[in-house]
Amino acid sequence: MKAFTYERPATPQAAAAAAARPHARFIAGGTNLLDLMKLQIEVPVHLIDITRLDLARTEPTAEGGLRIGAMVRNADLANDPRVRADYAVLSRALLSGASGQLRNRATTGGNLLQRTRCNYFYELSRPCNKRLPGSGCSALGGFNRMNAILGTTEQAEGRACIAVHPSDMAVAMRVLDAKVETVRPDGSARVIPIADFHRLPGTTPHIETALQPGEMITSVTLPAPVRGRHVYRKVRDRASYAFALVSVAAIVDVGGGRIRTARMACGGVAHKPWRLEAAEAALAGAVVSPALAGTAVTASANALLAGARGHGHNDFKIMLTRRTLAAALAEAVGS
Amino acid sequence: MPTQSDAPQGLSRRHALQGASLVGTALAVLHLSACALPAPNPSDSAMPLAPPDPPPDLPPQLMPVQLVINGQTHALTLDTRTTLLDTLRDHLSLTGTKKGCDHGQCGACTVLIDGRRANACLSLAVMLDGQQITTIEGLAKGAELHPMQQAFLQHDGFQCGYCTPGQICSAVGMLDEASDGMPSHVTADLAATRTRLSDDEIRERMSGNLCRCSAYPNIVAAIKDVVGAKA
Repeated sequence: MKAFTYERPATPQAAAAAAARPHARFIAGGTNLLDLMKLQIEVPVHLIDITRLDLARTEPTAEGGLRIGAMVRNADLANDPRVRADYAVLSRALLSGASGQLRNRATTGGNLLQRTRCNYFYELSRPCNKRLPGSGCSALGGFNRMNAILGTTEQAEGRACIAVHPSDMAVAMRVLDAKVETVRPDGSARVIPIADFHRLPGTTPHIETALQPGEMITSVTLPAPVRGRHVYRKVRDRASYAFALVSVAAIVDVGGGRIRTARMACGGVAHKPWRLEAAEAALAGAVVSPALAGTAVTASANALLAGARGHGHNDFKIMLTRRTLAAALAEAVGS
Repeated sequence: MPTQSDAPQGLSRRHALQGASLVGTALAVLHLSACALPAPNPSDSAMPLAPPDPPPDLPPQLMPVQLVINGQTHALTLDTRTTLLDTLRDHLSLTGTKKGCDHGQCGACTVLIDGRRANACLSLAVMLDGQQITTIEGLAKGAELHPMQQAFLQHDGFQCGYCTPGQICSAVGMLDEASDGMPSHVTADLAATRTRLSDDEIRERMSGNLCRCSAYPNIVAAIKDVVGAKA
């Protein structure tokens, strides 16, 4: 690890101003950043500790939703009675990620900002456009079993990237239409819809979010509870403590034997949680029956997977996504 | 380099190991070339971006830190890079907490920070200034072992023992979480306020602690024993 200065600003505004300096990083749970610092993939010169800021509370909003402080630990958010009752998809997603120890440290803001687990991002001896822009993508044609099938950049003149965002929490927040609240180095605040928060790699895979230099997440808001059955289905290489190959967050509202509304987002398939209106529209009005999987679900999966492409080792993810989607929807409609 | 005369009786263990590592390297090379790992795409290098501004090298940054470890206050001056794990082992000679992977993947370094289980390898000591740490050395009351330590002994919940301090600290923290009604990935009903720690629940909640000797059945039995005694 490289040497760094350490400071603990007293306010979010001061923290954002301190982090606007070159080579500065916020640190909260540290569960991803310290890991990357030990490998010198992240080499901050200034660490800004935000763990003692007053951002560890979850409170109701005027709109009937919840405001989750950036410092609320993943374990506490999963266990919050309001989240367990009204936002079960979020509780389930959090509980499916990492280990008990890590969930006790990892935070709401940090979880959104975790870096990819692409093997080549971690492998300093291999090129990686995310780690060293312009150096090349080793995952294309390499060991890419865990990599993306949607929204990738493959022919981008030295900027290719097929990494996925590893978060489970973010997938649930995407299906809930959460909003990310931030403070900028000049003290101004803004709100970023979760749909716009994470970026596709495009030609700048090293820029992963909409945050500007020094901008700090202060909280994430959830809208009023979304009616319907909440499901989080995660498929991984072992039963616990592993990143998703594919995951599906779904909220399905059923009435009169039909699907009234369905919301779905996929994890493990792209550089950001993957959600498409057309895939949800294909399910609206569908009769809930054993044939559901054969008709509306297929149409929905077709829409969601439009343009999906495997890269060799991860070709299976296309079929796995279809099946995970079908299983999640079957669970959500109670069949 | 050892010569043949070093091992007149045939292959020494060292020779065997060296041979094995050479074979391993050769296999790895074959494996890589067989999979045709790409050299950076020529079109990639045709468009290099400006190299990123390299971070300056700073001299080691020292800071005062006060930690309360197993009830005893320690005033230390530490390099900001020092993890809690290295503080315990290298600065305070509390070597009960083990370093396994040093990346939060194995759980061998699990301690309790303000009563909650955490990976000491992924915690910076400077960030914990003033906080209470409990390590495996702090669980017993004098000569009387903590019930979880006693249960691990009774059920033979280990083989080599390297993961054991982390397993025990993790199990102690996990039982407190369950007492607080914390659900897990395998909890069927999120609305349930009481947690019944079945074998599946224990396995899921303890998945952050790996045991390469695979003493898992006995670890689960030890934890169940303590759960039963508490219920």
